[in-house]
Amino acid sequence: MMRHLISAADLTRDDAVLILDTAEEMARVADRPIKKLPALRGRTICNLFFEDSTRTRISFEAAEKRLSADVINFAAKGSSVSKGESLKDTAQTLEAMGVDAVVIRHSASGAPYRLATSGWIDAPVINAGDGTHQHPTQALLDAFTMRRRLVGRDAGIGQGLDGKRVTLVGDVLHSRVARSNVDLLHTLGAEVTLVAPPTLLPVGVESWPCEVSYDLDSTLPKTDAVMMLRVQRERMNAAFFPTEREYSRRYGLDGDRMAKMPEHAIVMHPGPMVRGMEITAEVADSERCTVVEQVANGVHTRMAVLYLLLGGNEPAVTHTRTEGN
Amino acid sequence: MSKILIRGAKVLGGEPQDVLIDGGTIAEVGTGLSAEGAEVVEAGGKVLLPGLVDLHTHLREPGREDSETVLTGTQAAASGGYTAVFAMANTFPVADTAGVVEQVYRLGQEHGYCDVQPIGAVTVGLEGAKLAELGAMHESAAGVTVFSDDGKCVHDAVIMRRALEYVKAFGGVVAQHAQEPRLTEGAQMNEGTVSAELGLGGWPAVAEESIIARDVLLAEHVGSRVHICHLSTAGSVEIIRWAKSRGIDVTAEVTPHHLLLTDELVRSYNPVYKVNPPLRTEKDVMALREALADGTIDIVATDHAPHPHEDKDCEWAAAAMGMVGLETALSVVQQTMVETGLLDWAGVADRMSVKPAEIGQATGHGRPVSAGEPANLVLVDADYRGDVDPAGFASRSRNTPYEGRELPGRVTHTWLRGKATLADGKLA
Ligand SMILES: [Zn+2]
Repeated sequence: MMRHLISAADLTRDDAVLILDTAEEMARVADRPIKKLPALRGRTICNLFFEDSTRTRISFEAAEKRLSADVINFAAKGSSVSKGESLKDTAQTLEAMGVDAVVIRHSASGAPYRLATSGWIDAPVINAGDGTHQHPTQALLDAFTMRRRLVGRDAGIGQGLDGKRVTLVGDVLHSRVARSNVDLLHTLGAEVTLVAPPTLLPVGVESWPCEVSYDLDSTLPKTDAVMMLRVQRERMNAAFFPTEREYSRRYGLDGDRMAKMPEHAIVMHPGPMVRGMEITAEVADSERCTVVEQVANGVHTRMAVLYLLLGGNEPAVTHTRTEGN
Repeated sequence: MSKILIRGAKVLGGEPQDVLIDGGTIAEVGTGLSAEGAEVVEAGGKVLLPGLVDLHTHLREPGREDSETVLTGTQAAASGGYTAVFAMANTFPVADTAGVVEQVYRLGQEHGYCDVQPIGAVTVGLEGAKLAELGAMHESAAGVTVFSDDGKCVHDAVIMRRALEYVKAFGGVVAQHAQEPRLTEGAQMNEGTVSAELGLGGWPAVAEESIIARDVLLAEHVGSRVHICHLSTAGSVEIIRWAKSRGIDVTAEVTPHHLLLTDELVRSYNPVYKVNPPLRTEKDVMALREALADGTIDIVATDHAPHPHEDKDCEWAAAAMGMVGLETALSVVQQTMVETGLLDWAGVADRMSVKPAEIGQATGHGRPVSAGEPANLVLVDADYRGDVDPAGFASRSRNTPYEGRELPGRVTHTWLRGKATLADGKLA
């Protein structure tokens, strides 16, 4: 395993499969009455959030606590971040306090990479989302969700997502989720198609390991999983598309569209969902929609990442130590 | 002033000759000149060029003396072989009045390391809305001839037109920082495959090219002279080539870093590579080199942009844009243009001294190395090889993209009107 987790592109197939397999083990712990493992007892992990994200922070915190780590939450919202000094200063403070790992969320692309490589800090760095760059644990939980649903909970162990067809729909340009997913899904053997209006695809997307289409309807019948990306309302004022109505007509997922997908196909969303424009309530509440599972899987996957980066090479769960005998 | 005999120097890279300086002037150029009464500098086959002229320097004084001052900036210039620099107007206060430009000019004269020719702002406060007092700055002791809002684009077409027309009255030139502001909102790096991957806001080539296209057409329409700052894209080269073929009075500059570095370096997220305009692609770099060689791009200008450590030791988005360049420019040009066979040393003298002096009307600079000319000279050890070590910079700032990189060539001596400002690699 690598020392930091900055980008999904840094994961080899073996690393990625190991994380997903470990996450399955972690998921078994969640089924027990006592959901806690001693693996990271005595270790201190700091959740360093320069940008608000309650969902991601709580997910990491739950994962850390289930591994018995001590948790420090640091929210730098509204501080002098614009000056840029606070990242370095904060890192050095955490280093002085002997923090064993840093989970960082930042509005600037590349901030976690800087933190990991600039010598400000020695501890492993886990990227919890940076700017429009990467959100690798989100991609891992998505892949975990897909593997469970499309390959099978037990059948999936040791497996990737070979030959599975995944479609990502919406604001690719501003989406770290899209970037991470394209990288990881490609590594795991899936075939990815991005569907968006041309205004919401980055210049240079041609070099990504995926297909690009402007037409959702022709893509859906060949899809095993469709992932709807969030479209922020402020994009409308910036002329990325003419009207909300036109967007949802061309790129929204409603019941009629969902009916074009193969029967086994699932609908995913990184949340929070904006019902109406990108996904209708009918779809969001259907059996095929995995949003709630994704949240639960996020905890398992993040436990796996933290365990592997911090815990060493022993299996996490299989043999319960009987101390004192 | 005493006599100096420079013995055995390859003048403009030619056969070794002796050059005798007497007072502020070159007295004689030939072989076997008498050393009588003269201090002798053994050139030993080093290359002798006219003192370099930089049309695009940021000295930061007044206002940001923590980054650079006129003293440290001109010392950096002397170390890099420059005898004249044009100081950009984006200081605090902005150089948009006769008072500020005179202050900068006088500091340059007082320190004596290099002539400082202030550039005046085109618009008040660089705000792009109202013309600054261009005439007053021209008539001041600083005698401003170049006007620029560099750092910002004169984006309003009417204001640009008026500025181009107005400076005709006193033979001035407007130097445009070509950057369409709406197309570059939130821009962090070149827009392309690397920005797509890194998730950094894109600065598209067309934002530069569209302004250049507009401005050459405006210059043609009103019969004015326009200079384009730091060209960075292959498309910009095509537009300049077209404009020149059409007889439009346009000149253009390229920075050393745009001749060498590409946006692939941004993958490190190291803000030392953050610059405006951004580093572009390999294809752009090659087009710029070719254009400098064939004269489409007239000159090399450093865009020397000093920033203190804390403005670069942070995450990319928060970092200041710019790199220092005065002390490494000639080495980069040697590597990218001379050692590739694209330019000989006479060509380097033309692009880094003669033409910039012409464009900026720096009389006394960019002159031939011959008897009767002002003794503004630089001696270059072109055989030198070594890694760049910013610790040795004279500039107050260290934001160089070349730290630890091997670059050829080293300036050993610089003379400003016969007086050594740099001797044996040390500031005089
Ligand atoms: Zn500049």
